[in-house]
Amino acid sequence: MKCDKDVVNLMHGYLDDDLTKEDETKLRNHLEDCEACQKHFHELKRSITLLKSVEQVKAPENFTKQVMQNLPTEKKHKKYVRWFKMHPVVTAAAIFFVLMFSGLFTAWEQDSQLTVSKQEDIIIKGDTVIVPEGVTVEGDLVVKNGNLKIEGTVEGDVTLINGKLLKKEESMNGDVLLASAGDINGEFKQVNQIFDWILYHLNNFFKSIFSLGE
Amino acid sequence: MDLMIREKIKQVKKGDQAAYEDVVMYYQDKIFQHCYRMLGNAHEAEDIAQEAFIRAYVNIHSYDEKRKFSTWLYRIATNLTIDRIRKRKPDYYLDAEVKGTDGLDMYSQLATNERLPEEEVQGMELQSYIQDEISNLPPKYRSIIMLRYLEEFSLQEISDILDIPLGTVKTRIHRGREALRKKLRHV
Ligand SMILES: [Zn+2]
Repeated sequence: MKCDKDVVNLMHGYLDDDLTKEDETKLRNHLEDCEACQKHFHELKRSITLLKSVEQVKAPENFTKQVMQNLPTEKKHKKYVRWFKMHPVVTAAAIFFVLMFSGLFTAWEQDSQLTVSKQEDIIIKGDTVIVPEGVTVEGDLVVKNGNLKIEGTVEGDVTLINGKLLKKEESMNGDVLLASAGDINGEFKQVNQIFDWILYHLNNFFKSIFSLGE
Repeated sequence: MDLMIREKIKQVKKGDQAAYEDVVMYYQDKIFQHCYRMLGNAHEAEDIAQEAFIRAYVNIHSYDEKRKFSTWLYRIATNLTIDRIRKRKPDYYLDAEVKGTDGLDMYSQLATNERLPEEEVQGMELQSYIQDEISNLPPKYRSIIMLRYLEEFSLQEISDILDIPLGTVKTRIHRGREALRKKLRHV
C-alpha cells in the first residue's frame, strides 16, 4: 500500500468506527512501517483531543426567562380553560354559582340525553355507545352525552360531545388513550361541552355584575 | 430525562405555554453553546439561540414525536446560525466547494497563510486559539465537527439534524478533520 489517499481514508474510516477487520489490519501494518503516516494519524487524533478540551460555555443568566417573555401570547380561550383545569375547586364553585343563579341547571339537565347519529349495528349499554368488534361504521359518528367504546372500525370522523372515549379494556378514570381504542379512520374530535358552556355563561354572568355595579 | 421532555412537549402541543419553560431550561446550555461555537461570538449566539427556541415553540406542531426532540431543535438552531453567517460573510466563502483531489488544497493554503508562529500560539490562551480555529472552519464542516465532537451526536444523528445523506456527513467530517489537523498541528 502506498502512502496516498487510501491510507488517509482508512484513518478516517477508523476514526468513524467504520472499518472492516481487514482494513483495520491493513492500516495497522502500514502505520508500523511508515513514519509519515504515523505522524499524520497522530496529528488527527491529537486535534480531536484538543478540540474536545475546549471549555464548555453556559447560556447567559435569564436566558430561559427571556425566551418565555418573547413567546407569542396564547389564545385567551386556552388560557381560561387551563386556568379552570388548574383550579378545579374554584371552577366547581363558579359552576355552581352560575348554574344556581341563572337557573341553567334545568337547561343543562334537559340537554343531557344521550344521542347517537347512527343506530345500525351499534350497541347502547347504559350511557356507553359501543361499536362492536367486526362492525364497520360507514361515514361519520356523533355521540352526545355518552361515552364511546370502539372495538370495531369507524370509517369517517368521530365527534364526541360531553363524553369520553373508553379504552378497549375500558376503565373510566385515568387518561383516555386514543391509540388504544379501535380504529378511527377519520378525524377524532372531542368537545368538552361543559367548558364551553360554562365559559359562555361565566362571561355573561360577570358582565351583568359589572354593568349592575356601574 | 427524555421522558420528562416528551411529556412537556405533549403539554406544549396542547397549548400549555408554561410547560415550555422546562424544555428551554433543559436545553438552553446545549443550544447556546452550539450557537456560540458556530458563530464565535456570545452576543450573536444569545440572539440566535433565543430565536431557535421561539421558532421551535411556534412550529411545535410540525415536530414529529417519533423522532428525537434534540435532533429537531439542533436542526432549527443550526439553520439559523448558517443563515446568520451567510448574511455576514461573502457568499463564496460559505458555498465554495473545496477544490482538488481530496478537497484539501484550499485548506492547505489557508493553514499556511494563517499559521501563527509557535511562540505566539503558546502565548495566547490555547482555549481561545482553538475556538478561533473552529470559527475559521467553513460552516458546513464546522457544524459537523462540533456536533460530532462537542455535542457527541452519532453520524446518523448528524445526518438527521442537517438533513443530508450519511455519505455526505462522512465526507465532510473527513475533510473537516483534515482542515482542523492542519490548523492545530503546530499547537
Ligand atoms: Zn505511509
